[in-house]
Order: sequence, then structure tokens, then C-alpha cells
Amino acid sequence: MKYLCLIYDNESEWQKFPKEVQDKYMGEYMAFGDSIKKSGQYVGANQLQPSHTATVVRSRNGKVSTTDGPFVETKEQLGGYYLVEAKDLNDAIQIASRIPSARSGAIEVRPIVERNAA
Amino acid sequence: MNDDNAAHVRDRVDAIYRSDSRRVLATLIRLLGDFDLAEEALHDAFATAVEQWPGKGIPSNPSAWLISTGRFKAVDRLRKSARFESADGEVLDRLQARETPDRGEEGVEDDRLRLIFTCCHPALSADAQIALTLREVCGLTTEEVARAFLTPASTLAQRIVRGKSKIRDAGIPYEIPSLSDLPDRLDSVLHVIYLVFNEGYVASAGPELTRESLSAEAIRLGRLLVELLPEPEAMGLLALMLLHEARRAGRTSSVGDLILLEDQDRSLWNREQIQEGVTLVERALTSRRIGPYSLQAAIAAVHAEAPDTASTDWAQIVALYDVLLKAEPSAVIELNRAAAIAMRDGPETGLELIDKILATGELVDYYPAHAARGELCRRLGRVSDARAAYTRTLELVTQEPERRFLERRLMELDSRG
Repeated sequence: MKYLCLIYDNESEWQKFPKEVQDKYMGEYMAFGDSIKKSGQYVGANQLQPSHTATVVRSRNGKVSTTDGPFVETKEQLGGYYLVEAKDLNDAIQIASRIPSARSGAIEVRPIVERNAA
Repeated sequence: MNDDNAAHVRDRVDAIYRSDSRRVLATLIRLLGDFDLAEEALHDAFATAVEQWPGKGIPSNPSAWLISTGRFKAVDRLRKSARFESADGEVLDRLQARETPDRGEEGVEDDRLRLIFTCCHPALSADAQIALTLREVCGLTTEEVARAFLTPASTLAQRIVRGKSKIRDAGIPYEIPSLSDLPDRLDSVLHVIYLVFNEGYVASAGPELTRESLSAEAIRLGRLLVELLPEPEAMGLLALMLLHEARRAGRTSSVGDLILLEDQDRSLWNREQIQEGVTLVERALTSRRIGPYSLQAAIAAVHAEAPDTASTDWAQIVALYDVLLKAEPSAVIELNRAAAIAMRDGPETGLELIDKILATGELVDYYPAHAARGELCRRLGRVSDARAAYTRTLELVTQEPERRFLERRLMELDSRG
């Protein structure tokens, strides 16, 4: 099964970290990424620009409206994701628990709807 | 085949249903990979037994017969509907690819453990864990679970449906957790069992103080768990439940009013349950992996073995609370420790400790804290403080028997001026 691991962490805390702490963090992310590539569980991943860069778009009766900001304001913001291949939820939880931000923020694990090509 | 024979077989089928249906279901879920399909298969298998056994005789291994018949019926059912739905065809392919269950009953006990761990998976909501455990592991009907929790049957049915669909869609595996995950996952199972027990022992609302059948169900589950997985904390929890359950008859008066521990007629306590509980605590404590349930059980054992409040070994109870607080720091445990210290060193010392806890802002809405405060003030003769504390308790309490008890206490205080 495929699972999306959404990474929620406190952006403003992160921006306040000195450069060497940020570098250490990034190093941990690199190591984690390498480990799931090696194990064949990696499907995809991206880091997102901070939430202040977000734009919310709606289309109603053909009219497009655009507003500033993330869809929901929360204490921890969506900062990136990993798409992983896991045997089952326990396997996915095991992977998610190793994402560096699991220690400071939280990881939401969501199964991907699998549609078989007919 | 005569009517007598048919009636006899029907009795046997009923008995086998009571003793073995959960076992059979647990294995069918593993073989079929789906809760709903397994439940239908279980139903089909028993229906077939009622039909065939009077003529063909009862098979030598009824559970194995029921498992293979259930599986066969499920495959048959899928084959019929597969003509219309491609999704069923896929399930069918997967099913037929699996090995046949001709390995006797080997691993069947593991299936029951798989079922328990799956129903108590921490990815499910607490409500869903409880509902699924009582429904699937204990075999209560949805209506029975709903009645026990004073919840509408429709709400409960929805919880079960949502729980099952999360198991399926999120890919919660049907397996016993690995050794490294076991402590965490076992906690979750123990917590569900204890919640069920407590709901039966101290009904959280309603006219009755307890709902015995839920406690009995929790004890049955506890026994099953100890049998399947004799971990120290599983034994500790079973001991704790037995030691509490043993006092049930002494806990309430004939009209359902609450009686405090110190006023209970200890000859009403169930000695057999106490003995079993004490033996289990001793086993759990020798494991050297002592957890919160075993410690609470040890405290309950000290109470259970004392002839009355005055000769209770309060020093040992305080010492056990000290260890418990280290294992699991919580304001509620601090409150219980304060009450034990009041018994060891006098109400004044206990009251100081309770006021200290309340001053932190913890437990200010927790009625037992105010009830304990009222009790200690009453013993110290501080009548107006006691009245204030009992009045506050009365505002917070939701159970009828507790309310009557407090009203009685307040009336006694009034008569003292």
C-alpha cells in the first residue's frame, strides 16, 4: 500500500533556529531519505515553501476567487511530505516515526486510494 | 433423524456457538481478510451445522469443521457476486491464492490474539476500540454494547462500521505486534479492558452505581489475555479487576447506596476472587517488570487482606503509591496517596497535601478530590469547610447513588450545627 506522510511542524520555531541547528536537521532528513530509498520504500517527497506563500483558490459558478494564506490556520504547519510504499499501517507508522519532525512536530499518515487501471 | 435428535444437536450447536464462535471468527478473519465477510461466513457455517449435523452427526472437531465450512461458503458467496462486481473477483483471486486451512487448529489461539490487537489498535478511536472489542472479541450484540454504555444502538452501530472501515482502508494489519512494539500495543489493549471494567464497576452516569455484566466481560477478557499472553502487566490488570470485583457485594447497600471502604462489611467480600487476585499480583511482582496495573493491584491486595481499616498496613500502601507515582506521575495518584497518608499520619497531613494538589489547578473539577477534602474536614470537626467541600462535590457528581451519599453526609453535618 502507498501512504502519504504529511509533515506538520512549527515553522516559526524552525526559522528561529541558528544555521548550524538547521543544517543538522537537514542532515537528518537527508539520512532518513537515503535510508528509505535504500529499503525501496521511497516513492516521492518534497519540502514546501513556508505557509505564508500559500494561496487558496475556489471556483464557484465559473468565477474564480483567490485568497491569501493556508486553508486552515494551525499551530503546526504542513511543511512537506513523503510518499512511501509500506506493507501495512504498522509498517507506515514505523517509517513515519523515523521522520526527524516526528520528534518536534507530528506526522499525519494517510493511505492512498488505489485505483487499478481497468 | 427424529425430533429428539434434532433438539439435542441444536443444544450442542448453541453450546459450541457460545464456547467457540469467537475463535472461529478470529480465524475466518485471518483467512478471508475481511471482518464483514468473516461474520457472514460464521453465520453461514452455523446455519449449515444446524442443517447437516442432525443427519450426518457432529464432527469430531467442530471448530475445524466450522472454519472450513465458513471459508467454503465465503468463497461461494464471492464467486456468485463476482459475476456482477469486479472488486469481488479480486478478493476471490486473492483468497484462492492463499493456502488452504488444513493445518488443524494450529495457530488458532494466535488468531484470537490477532483479533484483540487489531480491535485495540491505537490508530482507532478509543470509542471504536471498545465497541469493536466487545462486539468482535466478546461477541456481544450491538444492542447489548449500546445498552451497557447508555448509547443509542444506531450510534454504536456507526462506530463499529467506521472502525471496520478504518481497519480495511488504512491497512491495519491482522497480526500480533512485533516484540519491539509489544509494550506500547499491550498498553492499548489493557487500557480498553480496564475502561470496560470501570464502566461496569463505576457506571459513569445513570441510576445504577454499577453495571455488573460489563465488569464480568472485562474479567473474562483479562483471563483470555493472560492465557494467551502471560505478560506481567496483563496479570496485574486481571488481579486489579478481581480484587475490585471481590468487594462489589460490600460496596453498595441493599437499596443501591454507596458504602465507603471503611464502613464495608468485609465478610461480604469474595474470598475466592481475593485469593486469585493476590496470587496473580505475587506472580506479576516477581517478574521484575513491575508496571502501574501490578502496583495498583498490590495496593488493592493490601486492602483486601486487612480485617478492617484500622489494622490496614497504611505504611505499605503509601510506599506502593510512591513507587506508582514514579512509574506513572499523575494528580489522581497523588490524591490517592494523600488519602493514604491521612490514614497513616492523620487527617491534617492528608488535607495539607490535597490542598497543595488543588492549588496547582489540577483536579479542581474532579469530584473525588472534593469528596476526600470534605471527609478529612469532617473528621477534623471543621464543619463549615466540610459542608463547602461536599456542596462542591455535589455540583460535580453525575451518579445518583453518589449524590444520595453526599446529601446524607450534608444532612449529618447540619445536625452537628
